[in-house]
Amino acid sequence: MGARRYVARKSLQAVVTLLFVLTFNFFLFRVLPGDPVGLLARSQRLTEQDVASLQAELGLDRPVASQYVGYVGQIMTGNLGVSLRTGREVTSTIWSRIGPTVLLVGLGTLLATVIGIWIGIKGGWRRGSAFDTSTLYGSLALYSIPEGWLGMLLLLVLSGMLGLFPAGGFETGGETGVARLVDVLDHLFLPLLTLTLGYVGQYAIIMRSSMIDVTHEDFVTSARAKGVPEHQVRRNHVVPNAFLPTFTLIFLNFGFVLGGAIVVEAVFSWPGLGLLTYDAINQLDYPMIQGVFLLSSAAVIVFNLVADITYGYLDPRVREA
Amino acid sequence: MAATEQARLRSARSLIWQRRRAAAAAHRATFRRNRQGMLGLAILSFFVAVAIVGPLFIDPASLEPATADGPLLASPSLAYPLGTDNFGRSVLALMVQGARISLLVGFTAAMGTMFIGASIGITSGYFGGTRVDVALNAVTNWFLVLPWIALAIALTAVIGPTLVNVIIVIAITSWASTARLVRAQALSVKERPFIERSRALGANHWHMISRHVLPNVFPILFANAVLMIALAILSETTLSILGLGPANAISWGRIIDDSFSAGALSAGWWWWLIPPGVAIMLVTLSFTMVGFALDEVLSPRLRER
Repeated sequence: MGARRYVARKSLQAVVTLLFVLTFNFFLFRVLPGDPVGLLARSQRLTEQDVASLQAELGLDRPVASQYVGYVGQIMTGNLGVSLRTGREVTSTIWSRIGPTVLLVGLGTLLATVIGIWIGIKGGWRRGSAFDTSTLYGSLALYSIPEGWLGMLLLLVLSGMLGLFPAGGFETGGETGVARLVDVLDHLFLPLLTLTLGYVGQYAIIMRSSMIDVTHEDFVTSARAKGVPEHQVRRNHVVPNAFLPTFTLIFLNFGFVLGGAIVVEAVFSWPGLGLLTYDAINQLDYPMIQGVFLLSSAAVIVFNLVADITYGYLDPRVREA
Repeated sequence: MAATEQARLRSARSLIWQRRRAAAAAHRATFRRNRQGMLGLAILSFFVAVAIVGPLFIDPASLEPATADGPLLASPSLAYPLGTDNFGRSVLALMVQGARISLLVGFTAAMGTMFIGASIGITSGYFGGTRVDVALNAVTNWFLVLPWIALAIALTAVIGPTLVNVIIVIAITSWASTARLVRAQALSVKERPFIERSRALGANHWHMISRHVLPNVFPILFANAVLMIALAILSETTLSILGLGPANAISWGRIIDDSFSAGALSAGWWWWLIPPGVAIMLVTLSFTMVGFALDEVLSPRLRER
């Protein structure tokens, strides 16, 4: 298959998946329990007239098909509606939460990727060595720890008992300049450590098994037979090939960044997209739920598409499949 | 000679089962040599034994907040080896009861996951390239990219956080990776000559799927199932930590959430928060080690090294 057709096919698949997500979002709004307008009416003492006008405003009085068309049209223009709780625009609320999430989840994913891959390369190359055995068990143990509980454990010991770190949140508030930066970093440390530890295991395990796979390939044997020094065999022949399967995982996980880390953000009261999602679901704030679902799914789909296209470029064999 | 004579007289089906039993015995022998797998199995046996027998020794009244009679929030002592919670319940007793619930959730949710994943994966792979495959594959991919926690929270909010519902939610949100794995295997099995032979002899789809594709996908499915149990237990913990655990049962995840909500972190009630997390870690780790060992035993490509 030609490169252009490959890209076209993958893009089409991404668009179809995105439409699926849009449709799911639309119906989720109608399946979740509780009537949003009724909910507002209770909390704000609206008259029946207000309720009717609110229903009209939200488009809830029209037939479902016409609501669906209106909904898709609205999304296309970048209008995600208004939060039922705060009355603020969903788009602007989401924007304000992207920063903390990218800082925490983005940095955590990045650190875990780099450290995990380094461990995987080193361990997989010297399979059965003391380093390999200890890091393998360490990775498996980290993979088995519930993320939220790890965060609580760190909070219990380092914050509750020793008082070294704040108990949660983004900043103490009221600080400016360098003092504020230090304060934010102080709040960032524990959740970042939790996320990095929680993610690092899977990278190490996948990179390790991929390294082991590749070291048994014929081209590695022939490289050695040619007399290529071991460190060059590793750097030029094994690592680039072993990296391919990990590559997809990396892109997928960076796509998940914009979903936020719901559990860790909830445990540490970190004001990111994950906490926003959690609060929105608990408060039945449908426009907000739709907004964050759409953003996180779209991010994964886009990152997947980029991964597929880059992968097809790096390894032309997959374009045939 | 006598043995061959006898074999010749047996029915085809009994021959097949004889071969399968022989293969299973060989796999068992290989598994026994896998230290990691055996260690995992030993730890699991302990927890399964506790989950089955343990609750018989616990007075149900002592687990009810209203009727528990221990001291409140006591640190570990001889009478209460893991201390007590804010209702005066023994944390050790909660842990034993939690073992039963958490393992139950793990096993049943993984079975549900396997059932959905295998059905969709085999159908999709067997009809590879057709419209059925394209449609099922699209649904699978969609579930793979959806943020599962968000989907699980939304679903739990819809149907309510009871034990059965939590199991259903975990199964519904985690089958996609199994389906993808099974589909790939089914695609490759489909191309093997015995499928063509079977089709030439007039076998229908159901016969070929149940008699030829499924048995060949089964080993991979089995190893995956063990890993899925670990994932299901972790998922239950995650949901519990978010306050969406089974409201009508005590699971390890619920104990963590209860201690967190009661303020164990700032008050330093470590005996209440730490045991459930350690138990979850040990059980998940064991299932993962057994799963990896099974993977090595059941897929010849990995074993040869």
